[in-house]
Amino acid sequence: MNLETFNYSVDADGVAHVVFDVPGRSMNTLTAKVMAELPQIVAAIRDDANVKGAVITSGKASGFCAGADLGEMGSRDTSGMSGDERLKAEFERGFSLNRTLRELETCGKPVAVAINGLALGGGLEVCLAAHYRIAASDNPRLQLGLPEAKVGLLPGGGGTQRLPRLIGVMAAAPMLLQGQSQTAEKAKAMGIIHDTAPTAELVEKAKAWVLANPNAKAPWDEPKFRVPGGAPHTPAGAQLFSMAPAMLTKETNNNYPAQENILKCVYEGLQMPFDAAIRIESRYFLKTAATPQSKGMIRTLFLSMQALGKGASRPVGPAPFEVKKAAVLGAGLMGAGIAYEQARAGIETVLVDVSQESAEKGKAYSQRIVDKDVSRGKLTREKADAILARITPTTDYSAIAGADIVVEAVYEDPDLKARVTRMAEPHLREGGVFGSNTSTLPITGLSAASDKPENYIGIHFFSPVERMGLVEIIVGDKTSQETLAKAIDYVIAIRKTPIVVNDFRGFYTSRCFGTYTQEGMEMLAEGIAPAIIENVGRQAGMPMGPLEVSDSVGLDTALKIGKQMARANGTEYTNDPKGALLDWVVEAQGRAGRKAGKGFYDYGSDGKPTRLWQGLGDKIEVTVNECPPEMKKELTHRLLVRQAIEVSRCFEEGVITDARDADVGSILAWGFAPWTGGCCSYMDLFWGGLRGFVAEADRLADAHGERFRPGQMLRDMAASGETFYSRFGPDMKAAAAA
Amino acid sequence: MAEAYIYDAVRTPRGKGKSNGSLHEITALSLATQVLEAIRDRNNLDTSKVDDVILGCVSPVGEQGSDIARIAVLNAEYAETTAGVQVDRFCASGLEACNIAAAKVMTGEADMAIGGGVEAMSRVPMGSNGGAWSSDPSVAIKTHFTPQGVSADLIATKYGFSRDDVDAYAVESQKRAAQAWAEGRFSRSVVPVKDQMGAIILGHDETVRGNTTMQSLAALNPAFQMMGDMAFDAVIKQRYPEVEKVNHVHHAGNSSGIVDGASAVLIGSKAMGEALGLKPRARIKGFASIGSEPSIMLTGPEFVTAKVLKKLGMDKGDIDLWELNEAFAAVVMRLMQAFDIDHDRMNVNGGAIAMGHPLGATGAMILGTVMDEMERSDKETALITLCVGAGMGTATVIERV
Repeated sequence: MNLETFNYSVDADGVAHVVFDVPGRSMNTLTAKVMAELPQIVAAIRDDANVKGAVITSGKASGFCAGADLGEMGSRDTSGMSGDERLKAEFERGFSLNRTLRELETCGKPVAVAINGLALGGGLEVCLAAHYRIAASDNPRLQLGLPEAKVGLLPGGGGTQRLPRLIGVMAAAPMLLQGQSQTAEKAKAMGIIHDTAPTAELVEKAKAWVLANPNAKAPWDEPKFRVPGGAPHTPAGAQLFSMAPAMLTKETNNNYPAQENILKCVYEGLQMPFDAAIRIESRYFLKTAATPQSKGMIRTLFLSMQALGKGASRPVGPAPFEVKKAAVLGAGLMGAGIAYEQARAGIETVLVDVSQESAEKGKAYSQRIVDKDVSRGKLTREKADAILARITPTTDYSAIAGADIVVEAVYEDPDLKARVTRMAEPHLREGGVFGSNTSTLPITGLSAASDKPENYIGIHFFSPVERMGLVEIIVGDKTSQETLAKAIDYVIAIRKTPIVVNDFRGFYTSRCFGTYTQEGMEMLAEGIAPAIIENVGRQAGMPMGPLEVSDSVGLDTALKIGKQMARANGTEYTNDPKGALLDWVVEAQGRAGRKAGKGFYDYGSDGKPTRLWQGLGDKIEVTVNECPPEMKKELTHRLLVRQAIEVSRCFEEGVITDARDADVGSILAWGFAPWTGGCCSYMDLFWGGLRGFVAEADRLADAHGERFRPGQMLRDMAASGETFYSRFGPDMKAAAAA
Repeated sequence: MAEAYIYDAVRTPRGKGKSNGSLHEITALSLATQVLEAIRDRNNLDTSKVDDVILGCVSPVGEQGSDIARIAVLNAEYAETTAGVQVDRFCASGLEACNIAAAKVMTGEADMAIGGGVEAMSRVPMGSNGGAWSSDPSVAIKTHFTPQGVSADLIATKYGFSRDDVDAYAVESQKRAAQAWAEGRFSRSVVPVKDQMGAIILGHDETVRGNTTMQSLAALNPAFQMMGDMAFDAVIKQRYPEVEKVNHVHHAGNSSGIVDGASAVLIGSKAMGEALGLKPRARIKGFASIGSEPSIMLTGPEFVTAKVLKKLGMDKGDIDLWELNEAFAAVVMRLMQAFDIDHDRMNVNGGAIAMGHPLGATGAMILGTVMDEMERSDKETALITLCVGAGMGTATVIERV
């Protein structure tokens, strides 16, 4: 056998050793080459009379296998084949892993797998097809799981069938549907693996098992096999299976075909003999992979996240920028969070505020986080103390001396920001970066206070900083490419995902996010019942209803911005029904939102919304009290298309230039329905092309107003058959750079 | 087309559907057999003239499985030529069986037929026959499958019935049923169930509680709150986003009881009735079934009523007596609200909240009940309807002859 991705040898005891080791990669994945070689290995184990059994392990210290190669997926070309013929050819390809693993499982010889590190997705599915699984007890990074659902896929290598047959549907459900993974210890307790051992002993123990168990068989190949906890339509399983679809709806709002199809695989497959069950799984796998949700989610939540996290938006020229010391100005909620993230990433952090007390209070924020982590066993006391020791709270700007970067996070007041810029900037090291954390103030204007505006850049964090993974980097008119590169290096160093935008009012995220709440207000002013607006918003996949979001932002803030914008346009906000309503809620009723404990919702003492405020009915006449499916669809489109149109305008105006930034940003910054893969993917993938999206936006504009009207760029793209990814995607960027 | 006449109707009393219920010791087959025997014996029926027996049964497995209608025909020693068929339209199965019998008579397929039903819920529990709707994600998810109790609570929420409203309805149902029994209003239809020796084991409806009060009901916890909280409130809001919060008002005291029982209605043409020397009691004017939105599930009576009245060229004012199965209080209250029906004309002798709902048998039982009442109170027309699982409604209009 001439193998590239595996080492295969048979030892003196007749045990075949299969070492998984894809050349040129730091981690094994199931590449096309692996898929081609795996059947040869199975045939060798089965057909070589000298082989008594096999031990499979990995040649990578990084782990066993991280699963399918998502970069390779989606590149299949099946055009040109007719309907039924195409489906059958697709099936043949999609079924190949299942076929190979089933052949391994039924080869008639014992197969053990020595799991030295993480085994995820297809990696775990290979392990599940072996008869015996032993995993490293001394590798804290070892995780076993099936994360496919998180990127819109389903485990297509027998995972939906073997896992529930092994541990029961109850225990398998969170792993299959939510992508939950397990440590070696937990996996053993659950029955996913048979044993654990120190890494050095794994292969030896696996081999001993193979020699001791010549007649190995999968449990489901025993004639009296029963699914633990019950299969569908058995007395034990009936109730569980009646709850499962409902639980899924509650979790996902029925927006994710992958989860639904996983459940279908489990329901249908567990009623079947194993060979039929994996055929069913492969059919659903292919059906799922063909959905726009799957395409969008793989691209944005896996490939683009990974690329941006590695600096895909970074100018290539400048040398890597290492941040050893950083200062944060302003120890409020944002500043304290930024300081914590820096310290956690190993960066010496100076936290400056006007009083020592405020600065200490900012540090106490980190203290609370690490104490909680220590009490939960997620962090050792030593590491926690080391993190805290890196934060120096002070009022003294000279403590900044020599910092690689300063991030100011003071109030959104241009004068105040100018003042702290002038106080801090002289202490920066030569070539250091001055970052301003602002969500709306134009960066170019702020940089006027700087002596070195080329080193000045917007670094917009989201709250709460320690939980929000995105940072929006705003390039001012004078910001240099070198500064941009440095800012990206800084953001990656503190383990956030950077997106890059240009300096326009509201930048990218604040501007687009606002349209969601504005559309909610439009609906309210039209007389649509608040419950309908809120439920439809949430069910569309947004994290909160638009009115609840408005409450969180602050209705007084929304009113202030509305009035400012109206004045800028020479109109009076309160002449607009939305403005009049908001003015009444805030000014006459004193309901400023969540922070005031009352807004569109009433709030409990825990700060959580209890009920929609009944008093709204005094001001608005609710004329729409029912929401049949056609109306729900219309409202859903209004909420999502409105945001997407704003994103398209951002591209047209040059606010944002890369579809990956826009998609990742839309999901991570304001929670745009993740099932779409982000705003650009929503426009590209869900309407049979941009032409379909433009037609729908035009229809909405005709019915509800010009705010939905597509711009010329979008029309041109639709007319020429372009997509956001063909025009603003990574390929175009690479071509432009070359 | 021939006309279909009702010649007689019988039912068993309803026994508490638990292992300590009086009918628990009686097989489903025996219940069905006893009503077939009764209708034969009290009409001196030449069973060779009975073409078919249609019995509703909602859990047709185990002892109720494999066409219990034909097996009961054989066990009751009807003529060998009498066929039998079991039907399932969930809660309306018994009425559907009568409608099918009537249709057979109308088309001339049968000259004399029996419609009825049987359900020994203490012996073959509800849900024993499984089914795809709740558990197959392919259909459960897109149709927002929700258990009936949560659907009934949704009806109460959407149409504004409070806990007090539904409890008050239940108190009245119990009062009416107790009074009807006290006055012997059911005596024409009810045939006592005999045990293996032939002694009477149950002669009255076992779950009637005439002394029920608002206070006694107030002590009961909402039965479907937990299911709602677990997932189904979220499911049903997918289809009804206008609902901010489902108000869970139903409980064991204002929902239909789980009971055992059987029923049979003798339906035939005018000519065959005359040939057999039978006197018709009522004529079946018409009937209909309809599908309605499945997740709220129980609003079918409103739509099937409109359908059957339109079909018959009738107006709601033409109906003297209304009989709607009391699956849940809110179901009846919604129909009264939708058609502005006076409670004095609706379920005048109580219903399933007091007497129980033996799923497959109920439709034919309440048809008999309202026919008795038409005669007692000298009324001309009645409309019988039931809400049905998976979003349906079935209705029948009868008139005295």
